[in-house]
Amino acid sequence: MVTASPHRPDGRPAPARQATLGESLRRNGVSRRGFLKFCAATASMMALPPSMAPAIAAALESARRPSVIWLSFQECTGCTESLTRSFSPTVENLILDTISLDYHHTLQAAAGDAAEHAREAAMHANAGEYLVVVDGSLPGPGANPGYSTIAGISNYDMLMETVADAAAVIAVGSCAAFGGLPKASPNPSGAVAVQDLVKDKPVINVSGCPPLPMVITGVLAQYLTFGKLPELDQYNRPLAFFGQSIHDRCYRRPFYDKGLFAETFDDEGAKKGWCLYRLGCKGPMTYNACATMKWNGGTSWPVEAGAPCLGCSEPDFWDAGGFYDALSVPPGNSGDMLLAAGAAGVAVGAGVGLLARSQAKGAAKQHQTVTAEELEQKL
Amino acid sequence: MASIGDIPIKVEGEPAAPVAYGNALPVLSQVRHALAQLIQGGEPTQIDLGAMPFGPGDEERLMTLLGSGEVTASVDALGPTRIQETAFSGVWVVEYLNTDGQRVALHLEVDHAPRLLRSQPADLSDALAALDARLSAPDANPAPGD
Ligand code: SF4
Ligand code: SF4
Repeated sequence: MVTASPHRPDGRPAPARQATLGESLRRNGVSRRGFLKFCAATASMMALPPSMAPAIAAALESARRPSVIWLSFQECTGCTESLTRSFSPTVENLILDTISLDYHHTLQAAAGDAAEHAREAAMHANAGEYLVVVDGSLPGPGANPGYSTIAGISNYDMLMETVADAAAVIAVGSCAAFGGLPKASPNPSGAVAVQDLVKDKPVINVSGCPPLPMVITGVLAQYLTFGKLPELDQYNRPLAFFGQSIHDRCYRRPFYDKGLFAETFDDEGAKKGWCLYRLGCKGPMTYNACATMKWNGGTSWPVEAGAPCLGCSEPDFWDAGGFYDALSVPPGNSGDMLLAAGAAGVAVGAGVGLLARSQAKGAAKQHQTVTAEELEQKL
Repeated sequence: MASIGDIPIKVEGEPAAPVAYGNALPVLSQVRHALAQLIQGGEPTQIDLGAMPFGPGDEERLMTLLGSGEVTASVDALGPTRIQETAFSGVWVVEYLNTDGQRVALHLEVDHAPRLLRSQPADLSDALAALDARLSAPDANPAPGD
């Protein structure tokens, strides 16, 4: 373990030595069995096999609190809601207690100048080591900065200033990761994603509208535990959570493979729990952990509740066509051939995903709209 | 605060017959493989049931298939943990709950005894030191006749 020297190379004093996680848990009366339990649950949260629990315990024993600065830009606060309403107080709160959340303007009491001073102080004290979490997209450098400001500072200026000395940036939610709703056509505020602006720091995208709370804390826990950033997919999302499609982990998949589909939301197939593909399920093109981690403390998830996956963790999902339009039935096109392919099942699964992606792009270009009457017909 | 169970729900129409999603049996084969491994090489296995793509009823089906054995235990550390031996010796269900009684993880352990039940090695030396302190304390060795 490398211990901090009293002074940094630039002469500024190093932050005071903080207790390790192991020390602070024991000081709070958590026994070693309790700690082992915490590590077993953390392994599940990080989507790691439970056999990793002892390695996690050894790493966490000596882990120190990273400083986190959380910036909220053009967003609905759904991502923070998702995180703070999470249902596993002992595990996720312990992780949150373990990080030093130095600035989060939705959660902190201070506002205006006082809050900005807290941000600057945290940046100064932890230069080169702090994490920046961003939720929300922001008006790009060419857009009118007046669309979103905090304490009179444009989102763009605040982001660039804050990430300058950061170790890494975590873009939480589809807005920060890909632009999300603010960037949906016609994108009036000129919204862009964090990764469009931050080029010289690692950017980790934790997409979803909102992301699963376990995934947000899982990424933080992974950084805390192993001190390094996770392996990422082509969209810079952690593979541990976004490595498999909803469709590949869906419990309704056996029905898809057999060609058994619900055709309306209340037909026999819907009642029997058949596949929701023809009701617009975007599971085949969507990479996220909902099918196994589920929502509301593992209670259920959209497909289990009979609602198709909307594809909320994929880039530009707002512009990817109607939520209730089947992937294989593009409007104005005969979808028969593809429906047959869907019914043929597993062999074409990957192909359907690829096709769906190109369809989504096409839909974004056409910017299809849906009327209330059309929705009525489907429902 | 009202709990979610207090929300009145009226189900219209006939409830559909329960569907078997068929995700329980593959886990049972995985358990069989793990048990064979434990017998041959002494290597334990933990299976995270939270990572399984279970549909409604799959977990209950698996638990019915596993049955219950002689040992039931509870560990009180950072909230309760319920441990149940299954009808198959060496196969344990370990359910981790938080202090509010909500589940945080559900594992199967294929081992001679679940990890959490064993004394933790670092606690043993603490216990030895505590015993030594107890024995050397003046009132720990009362004189005969006291
Ligand atoms: S299409 Fe949707 S409901 Fe059907 S198996 Fe795939 S993810 Fe599940
Ligand atoms: S099921 Fe699909 S739309 Fe729903 S939260 Fe998960 S990824 Fe998003």
